[in-house]
Amino acid sequence: MTRARAYGPDLGAGLFVLLLGALALWQAAAIQSSPLYAQVGPRAVPYGVAAGLVLIGVGLVVVALRGGWSSEMEEVVEAPPTAWRSLAYLGAGLIANVALIEWLGFVLAATVQFVLVCAAFGSRHLLRDLGIGLAVTVAAYLFFARVLGVSIGAGILEGLI
Amino acid sequence: MDSIDGLLLGFSHALTLTNLGWALLGCFLGTAIGVLPGLGPALTIALLLPITFSVTATGAFILFCGVFYGAMYGGSTTSILLNTPGESGSIITALEGAKMAKNGRAGPALATAAIGSFVAGTVGTLGIAFLGPIVVELALKLGPAEYFSLMILCFVTVSAVLGSSALRGLASLFFGLLLGLVGIDNQTGQARLTFGIPELLDGVNVVLVAVALFAVGETLYLAWRWAETKQVVLPVGRLMLSKEDWKRSIGPWLRGAGLGFPFGVLPAGGTEMPTMLSYYAEKKLVDPKYAHEFGTTGAIEGVAGPEAANNAAAAGVLVPMLTLGLPTSATAAIMLSAFQSYGIQPGPLLFTTQADLVWTLIASLFIANVMLVVLNLPLVGLWVRILKIPTPQLYAGILVFATIGTYGISNSVIDLVLLYAIGIVAMFMRRFDFPTAPVVIGMILGPMAEQAMRQALTISQGDWSTFVTRPVSVSILVIAAVALVGPRVYERWGRRSAR
Repeated sequence: MTRARAYGPDLGAGLFVLLLGALALWQAAAIQSSPLYAQVGPRAVPYGVAAGLVLIGVGLVVVALRGGWSSEMEEVVEAPPTAWRSLAYLGAGLIANVALIEWLGFVLAATVQFVLVCAAFGSRHLLRDLGIGLAVTVAAYLFFARVLGVSIGAGILEGLI
Repeated sequence: MDSIDGLLLGFSHALTLTNLGWALLGCFLGTAIGVLPGLGPALTIALLLPITFSVTATGAFILFCGVFYGAMYGGSTTSILLNTPGESGSIITALEGAKMAKNGRAGPALATAAIGSFVAGTVGTLGIAFLGPIVVELALKLGPAEYFSLMILCFVTVSAVLGSSALRGLASLFFGLLLGLVGIDNQTGQARLTFGIPELLDGVNVVLVAVALFAVGETLYLAWRWAETKQVVLPVGRLMLSKEDWKRSIGPWLRGAGLGFPFGVLPAGGTEMPTMLSYYAEKKLVDPKYAHEFGTTGAIEGVAGPEAANNAAAAGVLVPMLTLGLPTSATAAIMLSAFQSYGIQPGPLLFTTQADLVWTLIASLFIANVMLVVLNLPLVGLWVRILKIPTPQLYAGILVFATIGTYGISNSVIDLVLLYAIGIVAMFMRRFDFPTAPVVIGMILGPMAEQAMRQALTISQGDWSTFVTRPVSVSILVIAAVALVGPRVYERWGRRSAR
């Protein structure tokens, strides 16, 4: 059997799990343990979970070094190239939402997001998407705020509805 | 209370106008989201969780179960007419169903799927009603040590036994366990894994994680691999089963239901295995006259059996959820967290302390089944129209609901940032073939398992051997160990002997 070459992307995924385990170990060590609870303190399970993540991470890294698992998956082989334009629009939509929601309120921020997400998936009808987006966000707002009774915070349009 | 009395009580509560209304709303919503690709019952129930603050437990659970059953019905419509299965249970349905649709037999395919779902749903719900009290009887004898072992078994089966890789399944599970640990430890009051961020003291919200995994991650992945394609919705035609179709469907329906239910009940979860088994069984058992239809023009047996198995397995999942408090699917895990938000302790006591709720729920499942056949057969035109919502607006809309569901938790931008961060992780999980359901199950079941473990250790005065000296507990752990390593050993042994 010839030794397969390491597969970079899978190695990255394995290292991420390992990093997660290391973070968990660090946080588990930071938990204050009171001597009152001598049987099983609050640290036992976090240590166990952290150790599990480290072991699984090591396992994934070993698999990746032996050739990985995803390089021959049908979904990966047949996948179209990364659509940077779509990702950029979608990212812009999410960032706009976070940036605007406290300032303009949910309805307007989510409408901006709606238009940008539509653009991410190839829609070229800005005004139509704006109209649909406004209708969808207002409907969502009414359902959550009035029917489910969830507080969605204040905003410019929310005051008028 | 025995099953007959329970059902009578249940129906007397379920047949009120309000509860029928909740069931109808749930079925309608469930079918719609089942039809829409990219939306599932776990996400929908997570978004509806705020309803637990304003509606009685009975109403909310009738709604949730309607969504749960409805999504199963709706999923088959998508896989038959679009040839894109919305969830894992309908992959097999798409095999023969889409072929039938291409050959102008979409109507019979949809009809056999809907009626098969009804038959299986009814069989499955009867199973819940009669098996439930028996499981409860046994479960009441279990102590915290046995419970902890059962939860370990559940963890192993949902993460390591199903799916393509035990290692990746376990990685997902432990990610969920980690998320579940964040916040104040409810036994000692210590802050854990909060990175010193005060917002994390309350823990990571289940709704946030579910929305991140099932909505944000999915949308990000779609954008990553975006390529304009035109989807064709095949025409439905006449929604009728001929006499011959009936004759060919009845056997597969019943066999599928019989195969699916036990798989759902076992803490293995998953609908892939029973649907696949049903497909192969029907392929073997089919009348030689029609055998050539498999894989060519589409055989109705290949739709009827797997679709019935899918629904019966989904009903079976409710048995461990209601009787043991063990969720074996992401949807069941989120329903479990709804019990917690009502302050109801899930587990075997549910059947006695909340008898009204449990039996009303079971009765509502029967009612939901009837409603769903009615909704799915004559209203199929409406669902086809929903199927034609263009992708850009569909995913933009999904993100609107993701935003409001998350922002509504505490009106905090930090929640939104966390939502997107976990969403990015979910996108990569999709790319690297890590399953998402174990994350949700680990997050919700993890804290319950820790509590059971600490209770057991308090009883045994800190003696860890309690888990391996109590006979029932050790047997369960042995089963879990076999389930974890058994398949690998078998595979390796098979490879060696083949050489």
